[in-house]
Amino acid sequence: MAAAATAPAAASAADTPVIELRKVSKTFGEVRSLSNIDFAVRPGEIVGLLGDNGAGKSTLVKTVMGFHRPDPGGEIYFHGKQISDWSVARARNLGIETIYQERALCEKQPIWRNMFMGRELRNKWGLLDVHRMREECARLMKEHMGFTSAAVHPDNVVTTMSGGEKQGVAITRALYFDAQLVILDEPTVGLSLTETRKTLDFVSNIKKAGKSAIFIDHNIFHVYPVVDRLYVLDRGKVAGVYDKSQITMDDLIDRLYRVARSGSME
Amino acid sequence: MAETSTSKPADNRVSPPSLLRRHGSQLGIIGVGIALWLSFVAAAPAVFTNGNIYLAFMQSTPQFGLIALALTFVVITGEIDLSFPSVMALGTAIFCLTVERVGVPVAMILGLLTGAVCGAINGLLVAKLNIPSLVITIGTWFLYRGLELVLMNGSGVPLTAQDYPGLHAVFREPLWGIPIQTLWMILACIGLWLLLNRTRFGAHVFLVGDNPTSARLMGINTVSVKMRAFMLVGVCSVFAGMMTSIYGYYFWPTMGDGFLLLTIAAVFLGGTSVFGGTGSVVGSFVAAFIIGAINAGIVSAGINAFYTQLAFGTVIVVSVVLQTIIDRRIRRQSITGR
Repeated sequence: MAAAATAPAAASAADTPVIELRKVSKTFGEVRSLSNIDFAVRPGEIVGLLGDNGAGKSTLVKTVMGFHRPDPGGEIYFHGKQISDWSVARARNLGIETIYQERALCEKQPIWRNMFMGRELRNKWGLLDVHRMREECARLMKEHMGFTSAAVHPDNVVTTMSGGEKQGVAITRALYFDAQLVILDEPTVGLSLTETRKTLDFVSNIKKAGKSAIFIDHNIFHVYPVVDRLYVLDRGKVAGVYDKSQITMDDLIDRLYRVARSGSME
Repeated sequence: MAETSTSKPADNRVSPPSLLRRHGSQLGIIGVGIALWLSFVAAAPAVFTNGNIYLAFMQSTPQFGLIALALTFVVITGEIDLSFPSVMALGTAIFCLTVERVGVPVAMILGLLTGAVCGAINGLLVAKLNIPSLVITIGTWFLYRGLELVLMNGSGVPLTAQDYPGLHAVFREPLWGIPIQTLWMILACIGLWLLLNRTRFGAHVFLVGDNPTSARLMGINTVSVKMRAFMLVGVCSVFAGMMTSIYGYYFWPTMGDGFLLLTIAAVFLGGTSVFGGTGSVVGSFVAAFIIGAINAGIVSAGINAFYTQLAFGTVIVVSVVLQTIIDRRIRRQSITGR
C-alpha cells in the first residue's frame, strides 16, 4: 500500500481500501474483545473472516458498521478519509450494509417495513410513501427473493416466514440500497442446503458486480471458495492474513487447528 | 378467505393478507362497541335513543381519551407512562400561576412546555438509563404531583367564563352543535394517526417497540424515539388537563386522580399490545368512547353506579382475551396455509 504514493492517481484510487481500520481496540468493561486490529477491504474484494467463537468476529463487524465505537486511539478510514463520528446511520449512508447473524428484523412488522427499516421512503411532503414502499417491496421480492407464492405479500408479517425467507429479506434489504460493501455475518446459520447454495451464489455475485464484501462463517468450506483474502482472528487479535493464492484449504485448516491450540499460526 | 387464496396454484402475483388478518384487532374492538351499545339500547331504550346521553359522554370522554391517543405511542415502543395524571396537574398549575403575568397564549405555551419537559425527563430515564418505565414513572408520578402541590400550596384556582372567555370558547362551547371536546379529539386522532403511520418517527416507534436491538443495528436512534414518545404524552396530558379544568370551571390540585386506569384501559382495549410493536391510534379512539359510554350509560340507564366497575372489568377482560385468541388464530392460519 505504501507504493500508492508513487503510483498514478487512478491506480491509487483503485487500491485505496473501501474501509480500513487501524489500531482498533474495543473493551467492554474489563473484557478486551479486540486489540490493535489492522483491517482493510479493497474495492471489488471479498474478505473472509475466520476465527473461533469469541475471537471477536462479530465485534469487529459491529465496529466497522458503527454500532460499537472503537476505544480511543483506533482509527477508521473510508476510501482513505479518516472519519471520526462513525455511526450506523453514517455507515449506511456511505453504502455499507450488513446481513446480521441475528438478521436484525422486526418480526411483528410487515415485510415492507423491514425492507425499509431506518431508510423509509418519503414523498415530497416529507410523509412516508407507504404505497411506493409496498410496490418496491413486492418488486424486490419477485426479482431477487424468488417469491412467487401467493402466501407471501409485502403486508405479511415476518413471523410467518421461514428461516430462508427471512434471510432473503435481510439480503434484499442490503441489495436495495446499492451497497458498496456488504458484510455477511454467518449468513448460512440455520439455512437448508438449497438456501445455503443461494446465499453463497449471492456472495459470488457481489464480486461480479464490482462491489466488496466481508464474509464471516464458521464453515471454512463455505468461506474458502468465494473469498480473495482471509483474516484469521484469535482472542481479539489478527493471527494471520492470507491471499487465497498463497494458501491451500488443507494448509489453512492445519493452521486453524494450530492457532486454536497455541495461539500462533506458524 | 385465506384458505381459498392459498389453495389456488401459485402465479406470479402476490395476494394481500385478508382483511381480517390486517385489521383483526380493530374489527374486534368495533364489534365489542356495537354489541355494548345494542345492549344499552335494549336495557334503556328511552335513554339511548335520546341524543343528550351522547352529548354528555362526548364532553367527558376526550378528557382522558386525548391522553390515551398519545399514550398509544409509548405503549407501542414497549413502555408505559404512569406519571401523566400528575403531568396534567403540573402543567395546568404552571398555566394558572403564570397566566396573570404573561396572558393566556403564553401561559398555555408554558404549560404545554412543562408537559414536554416532564415527558423528556421520563423518556431520558427510561431510554438512556434503561430503567423499567413501570418503576420510574411511579417515581416521577410522585415527583410531579409533589412539585405541583407545593407550587399551588394545595389550593385550586377558579377558571370562570367571565375571566377566560377565549378558553371557554375553545374548550367548552359546542361547535356546530357538536361538543368541542370531541372535535378536539377527532382532530388529535387524525394528527396522531398521520404521525404514527405516515412519518419516519412513527415507523421507528413500531420498530423500536418490536425489537430494539434490530432497530439499533439498522441505525435507528432508540433513545430519541422513546423520548419523543414520552414528550408527546406530556404535551397531550397538559392539553387535556386544561380542557378538564375549563370544563369544571375550576383547577383542582388533585386533578388527574382517577384518570390513570381509564386511560390505560382505553389503550389496551384498543388493541395495542402490552409487548410493544403493534398498536393503533384509531383503536384507542374507539376504545376511549366505549369506556366513556359505559360510564355514562350505566348511570343513565338507571343501573346502580356500583355496577360501573364490574362492567369495565368485564368488557376489558373479555375483549383483551378475544383479541389474543383472534391474533393466535390468524398466526396459525397463516403458518398452516402455506
